[in-house]
Order: sequence, then C-alpha cells, then structure tokens
Amino acid sequence: MNLTLKIWRQKNAASPGCFETHEARDVSPDMSFLEMLDVVNERLIAGGQEPFVFDSDCREGICGTCSWVINGIPHGSRKGTTVCQLHLRYFKDGQTVTIEPWRARAFPIVKDLIVDRAAFDRIMQAGGFISVNTGNAPEANAMPVSKEIADLAMDAAACIGCGACVAVCKNASAMLFVAAKVSHLNYLPQGKAEKDRRVKNMVAQMDKEGFGNCTVTGSCEAVCPKEISLDFIAKMNRDYAVALVKGELKKSADGGVG
Amino acid sequence: MSLDAKIPSGPLAQKWDRYKSDMKLVNPANKRKFDVIVVGTGLSGGAAAATLAELGYQVKAFCFQDTPRRAHSIAAQGGINAAKNYQNDGDSVFRLFYDTLKGGDFRAREANVFRLAQVSANIIDQCAAQGVPFAREYGGTLTNRSFGGAQVSRTFYARGQTGQQLLLGAYQAMCRQISLGNIRMFPRTEMLDLVVVDGAARGIVVRNLVTGEISLHSADAVVLATGGYANVFFLTTNAIGCNVTATYRAYKKGAFFANPCYTQIHPTCIPVSGDHQAKLTLMSESLRNDGRVWVPKRKEDCGQPPASVPEAGRDYYLERKYPSYGNLAPRDIASRAAKEVCDAGRGVGPGGRGVYLDFSDAIKRSGEDAIRDRYGNLFEMYERITGENAYRQPMRIYPAVHYAMGGTWVDYALMSTLPGLFVVGEANFSDHGANRLGASGLMQGLADGYFILPYTIGHYFASTKPEKIPVSHAEFKKAEEGVRQFTRRLLSINGQRSATSFHKELGRLMWENCGLTRSRQSLETNLKRIPELREEFWKNVRVTGSGEELNQNLEHAGRVADFLEFAELLCLDALHREESCGGHFRVEHQTEDGEAKRDDANFAYVAAWEFKGADKKPELHKEPLVCEEVHMATRSYK
Repeated sequence: MNLTLKIWRQKNAASPGCFETHEARDVSPDMSFLEMLDVVNERLIAGGQEPFVFDSDCREGICGTCSWVINGIPHGSRKGTTVCQLHLRYFKDGQTVTIEPWRARAFPIVKDLIVDRAAFDRIMQAGGFISVNTGNAPEANAMPVSKEIADLAMDAAACIGCGACVAVCKNASAMLFVAAKVSHLNYLPQGKAEKDRRVKNMVAQMDKEGFGNCTVTGSCEAVCPKEISLDFIAKMNRDYAVALVKGELKKSADGGVG
Repeated sequence: MSLDAKIPSGPLAQKWDRYKSDMKLVNPANKRKFDVIVVGTGLSGGAAAATLAELGYQVKAFCFQDTPRRAHSIAAQGGINAAKNYQNDGDSVFRLFYDTLKGGDFRAREANVFRLAQVSANIIDQCAAQGVPFAREYGGTLTNRSFGGAQVSRTFYARGQTGQQLLLGAYQAMCRQISLGNIRMFPRTEMLDLVVVDGAARGIVVRNLVTGEISLHSADAVVLATGGYANVFFLTTNAIGCNVTATYRAYKKGAFFANPCYTQIHPTCIPVSGDHQAKLTLMSESLRNDGRVWVPKRKEDCGQPPASVPEAGRDYYLERKYPSYGNLAPRDIASRAAKEVCDAGRGVGPGGRGVYLDFSDAIKRSGEDAIRDRYGNLFEMYERITGENAYRQPMRIYPAVHYAMGGTWVDYALMSTLPGLFVVGEANFSDHGANRLGASGLMQGLADGYFILPYTIGHYFASTKPEKIPVSHAEFKKAEEGVRQFTRRLLSINGQRSATSFHKELGRLMWENCGLTRSRQSLETNLKRIPELREEFWKNVRVTGSGEELNQNLEHAGRVADFLEFAELLCLDALHREESCGGHFRVEHQTEDGEAKRDDANFAYVAAWEFKGADKKPELHKEPLVCEEVHMATRSYK
C-alpha cells in the first residue's frame, strides 16, 4: 500500500518547524507505524537526505517512549494503542497522514518528532514514591492489601508516562498522569503515611511546570494507550482537598525524625 | 592473569553471611566522600543507584533513554521468582537455587546462584513496601503462578507487566534520591568509553545525545548496568536501543568478557511477518501455564484452519516428549523443539515458521473471563500485532532471541577483572549459566542492585581507599580523543549503505549460523563473513548529519560498529565450546534422541576472554566451575 505523509520537521527547539511531504510507497499493511517511518528514513538516507528523528524503544507498547500525534490524535485513532503497536492495516491505501510531535508548553520540542518530557520526572521527584530505604521492608505478607485495592492501584500504575494525555488536552493539563501516579501510591496501605504530602507536592510541581488546568473534558482518558480512568482524577482531587483541610501538622520541637 | 572469583570459604549456605561478616565497612559519615557512576537505569542500575544513594554515596546515574523509567526491564511481562514458599508446596532457598543452577545447565557459579536464592525473599518484601502492586488473593496476601523449569509455584507478578512495576519501584526510589540531591541523573546520555587509571576503572566518557557534547566524569567506582547484547541478532525481543557498547568498550579496556555464546532464545514470540520488521514481540512464558503447544501431525494439515484439525491429528509435542514438565519445559528445550517440528515441515503460518499455543482447553475449563483476567493484556497485544483473536483461535508463536546469559566476567563481589568496575544485572555473566529460567532475570537484576552490590562496593572502598582523580588526567583526555576520533571516522566515510542495513545483515548471519543450533561449519562461515562485513562497514557506511546535534543515525552506527566486533567474539566462543549446554546447542554434540550433550569433563568452566588488541585473537581464560554441594546432573525434563 501507499501513504502520503506530512511529517513535522524542526531542527531544534530554537528554530521554527514545518511539515514536509513524503511518499511512503509499497509499504506493507503488517508494518507498524514506526516500521513504516523506518522504511521512509532508510530511503532518505539512501538519497543522502536527513532522516526524521523520533523516540521509540521497546516497540511493544510498554516503555512509553514513542510519542506521535497522527492525524491530530496522540498515538492515532485506535483505542488503547501506542504508535509502535499501531499497524498500517488500519489505514487506507492512498491515505494522507499527518505526523507531528506532542505539543504542549511543558514539553518543548527537541528535534523533529522528539519532545522533552522531563517535567514528568520532576513531578515524580516531588513526591511520587514511598520513602522506604532498601532493607527497611517488613515481611511482604505482614501487610495484607485487599484484591480490590491492589487491582485499583495496578489500574493506576499501568500508566506508561508517555504524555498523550497532555498532548490531547486543549489546556495541556497533566492531571491524568499525576492522578494515576498519586492514586497508585495513595490507594495502597504502604503509601498512606505520605498520602497528604505526596498529593500536595506533586500537584504543586505540576502547576510549576506550566501544565494547564483540568476542565474534565475526558479527552485524556479517550486517547490514553493504557485506558487510565478519569476516576483517578476524582480520587486525586479528593485526596488533595483532604490534605488541604488537614493543613500542615505542627512539627514537633525536636524536628521529628524526618 | 588468573581468574579468582574470590568465593568465600565454608558451606554454601553460609558463604554470603560469612562475606558480610568479614567485609570492611565504610563509616556512614565517610560514605559521602565516595563518588559512584552508575551506567544504565533498568532494574539492576536503578536499584543500585537508589540504594547506594540511600547509603550516603554520591551517585551519578546515566541512561540513553529520555528518563530512567523507560529502560528495557520495563518490558518483562511474566514475573519474578522468590523462595517464599507462600504456597506451601515445598519450595525453599535450596530448591530455588537448585532449579536455577540446573536450569542453567550447571554452567553458572554455584555460590552466586545460592546467594541469589537467599536474597530473593527480601526483594519481594522490598518491592511490596515500595508500592509495587503485586497480584493478590482476596484475603490480601500475595499470589503466585508457575513458570517454566520449576515444579513449585514461586513466581510473583503484577498482571502481565511485572517488569514495568518493578522498574517503577526502582525508578521511584531513584526519584526520591534525586530530589534529596544524592543522585545526579543524566538522561539521554550514552557512555562511549571507560577510563582506566593505574589499572582501575576511574570514570567514563559520555555523549549528550541531544547536543552531541562529549563530557568526562570521574568516580571512585563505575557500575555498568547496561543490559544484554542480544541485539547483535538484530531481530530480537529487546528494545531498539539495547546495545553492547558499554560492556564491549570496557572489554577493550581490560574487563574480560565471559561466555558470550550463551544467548537465550525464547520460545513464545510472535512470528516474523516480513523484512520490514524492526523487532519481535514476546508473549510471556506464563501463557504456557494455560496454553497447550501443538502442530498438526500431518504436513498436509498445516495449511488448514487450526479448528479443522481434529484432536487426533494434533501433536502436543512438548507434552509428548517431556511428560513431567509438559508445556512448562524450560526455554531452551521448548525453543529447539519448535524448530525441530518446523524443520520437519509441520510448522504453521507464513513460511511454516510457527507453532500453535492453544487456549481452548483452558477457556473450557476456567472460562474466558478467568483467562482474560490472567492474560488479558497479552491477548490484546497479540491481536494488535497480528489482527487475530486468540480467544477464538490459537496463537501462533515462534522462538526469538531474547536474553544474553553471557556478559562481563565478575567475581563473587560483582567486580570485573578491572578493579573498581562493577557489573550488575544482565550485563554480567554470573547467575544464569547457559540458560536462564523464566522470572529469574528480574530476580537477578534486583538482587544485584538492592542487596549485593551495595555491600560489596563498600568493601572495595574500605579496603582500597581510592585517591581522587581529576578529569584533567591524561587518561581521561586520551579516552576523550578516542571517542572523538571514532565519531569523526563514522561521519567521514559517507558510503552507500545505512548502518541498519549492516545491522540486518549481521543479524541474519548470527541467526542462521549461530542461533538455535550451531555447528563448526556454520560458525566458521561466520568467522569468515563477519570480518568481511566489518571491513565493508568501515568503507561503505553512510552516516548522515553531524556529531554536534541529536543524530540517531550516528548513535546507531556506533552501536553497530561494536556489534560487528562483538559478534566475532561470540562466534569464537561458540566454536571453542565443543559441547551442547543450555542455549548453546552444537549439532555435533547431541544424544541419540536429539537432546543437548554436555561435556563436564572438559567444559565445566567459565570462558572469559581477554582483549589483546584489534585484529588479534583474544586470549581465553578459564574459571573452573566446581559444584561443592550438588551433583552436576544430566538435565532432564522428561
């Protein structure tokens, strides 16, 4: 099959970018979308032209590296699928397809289709962990976790941190990502001790990074390749409100152990 | 140079305790005076970086991905083994140790494997405390599943995303240390050389993959956690970025490389669909708990829809050949058995290179919902790639290269032949022998990173008290110049072929001649063809762009250049090992019924290769493998 591609070309963050048109001729419907661009890139190299750079690694939908907007939709129109798992059999022969990077102020473009998602790491560094040093752990079965709670935590923890939720949101809000990370740890009894401080710090960092506000349109849930539920945003809002109401605990005179 | 593994004396069960009691300690206040470089942030590197930082060391961590959370450990699906005996089915530290050693065809170091089994239980405790959402029973306790090569249920899992969840645990622990200022993280940064000063590893040369800037970093110790070299085969289940560069360049600086011929071919991958394919996708081995592997008995039935082949016309060949392990036979055995039936013309799907993995009996027995609960994400993944619904028709699977058991030689303390260079996780050779059992890779990565290296590195610091070396030292400058020259050379050739085309050609040679089976003749073919291909590469590769920008073409070309040298070492090792063991199957060495024939009298050793210079044959060193407490039995899963 043949496709006409309009691909985003941008030298670096400082330069302006534009769409370039390339033909993907004689590509197989069994190819993934990334493999199709591999083929196009090989042809560009053979012709002495610069290939397009794009992020990808595991190519099995789990590492969260790949990040293209295809025809206006992050990861393309197939539900619950990352670009690397999107196969050409879902496209029509002769179709024109636009490919562009995530677009959000907090995700500056690095080059072509690659963006910088370090803001997500900084949000995690603000509180996306349980403070337990190696060696501190009690026997694993000493703290039972009901199957329902473990399953909910797992539903949230399935987030691959790709940023599609931000890319699709008209406000470039990171609420679904942050909510998934907060919920994963706040649901579990192991994460309860730091529940309030976690949600406050992560939300504060999210705001600092320049992500927009959430207006609950639900587009994030619709494009999420792991189908993370909007319910987690409600859970985070609840945790956040509780943390605000509780306020800061008065620090003990000796500063405690923290 | 003689190889001394420095295994503590005493009974097997007391060696690790003895090591810990005898080792020298670094005072907590002094730990901050030591700098450690950790390259790679998968399970072993992430766990090591976080734990070392918690202890008080100054850590710099490097990864080529855009964030440490994306290392390829993330793709591990099935689970992690631990000797918890929660199922009360007779598991123990000894049994996990023995299964792992036997699974590796007695080509691993006994003392290391025992230690691995000992710390396995701590890993589960640590991960549960970090918030890893392991699968649980309604009562709230952890649940287990069975995995290949074991007759007890000891595998812990988080749906089909165990590697992801364990990696997030390590990543989160790293995040905490980054926020505390104990780890400085360098994402999108690739290590291009190791710096050795006065015989000890003292730093690295790295390239910033965004700006192309080359920088130097010195430390008191360097930890390589850079994963395996399977991508020398091009088409594998590894991530696109996985490469041998860090450990290979360390090899060229004096760190011996052990057992490179031990590569694992995983039996349950989605078959190749065409030439365009960039990688293969694994279906978790856990599927073999409920799936039954078969092919038609008659060649004529191979083109028919599977449903039309009657029960009597199906050959459940694993159950037939290995009645006690059946579909859960270890990976090397299941892979070879699949090749055998396909070679006999009874394979299914495109090119006859596939076998069925059939869930219809399990669906009848437990219901579709139960199967969806266990493997839902795997069935979805299969459907996305093949367009087929595995609830309605059997999956088609075929073996693919998956894991590297070989790696940098390390002693009991996980230190290479270069003092100060520690190698952990898949990048070292130590625990899996000639074949890795399912759910053991995650266990080893975390054992090394959380519970072994943090002890042994302290002993190294306390006993050697390394002096600080500035990056202005001549050795740093020399290494930097070497890296710059290498990059310039790649960019200056401006030939006709892309790095990818060389990588693909190398991969085909490796798969055809050094894959599931190997022979003297096939290996000699490779030893002739690989140097030719390498020569052509250095004359005819085309690398576009410059070195002062984000240039994926350049990155890949550098990795392929290393694979083109490393492949020769791998084949040389495979040629010298005149026996069949685990994933290394030499056709000249098999029993009458086609099983691997090991030669303990002549080959019960670790083959550690020393680099002797470009175009010179590497020197073989042997570390004898002595089993003090178990008998090297013939491996049988019948």
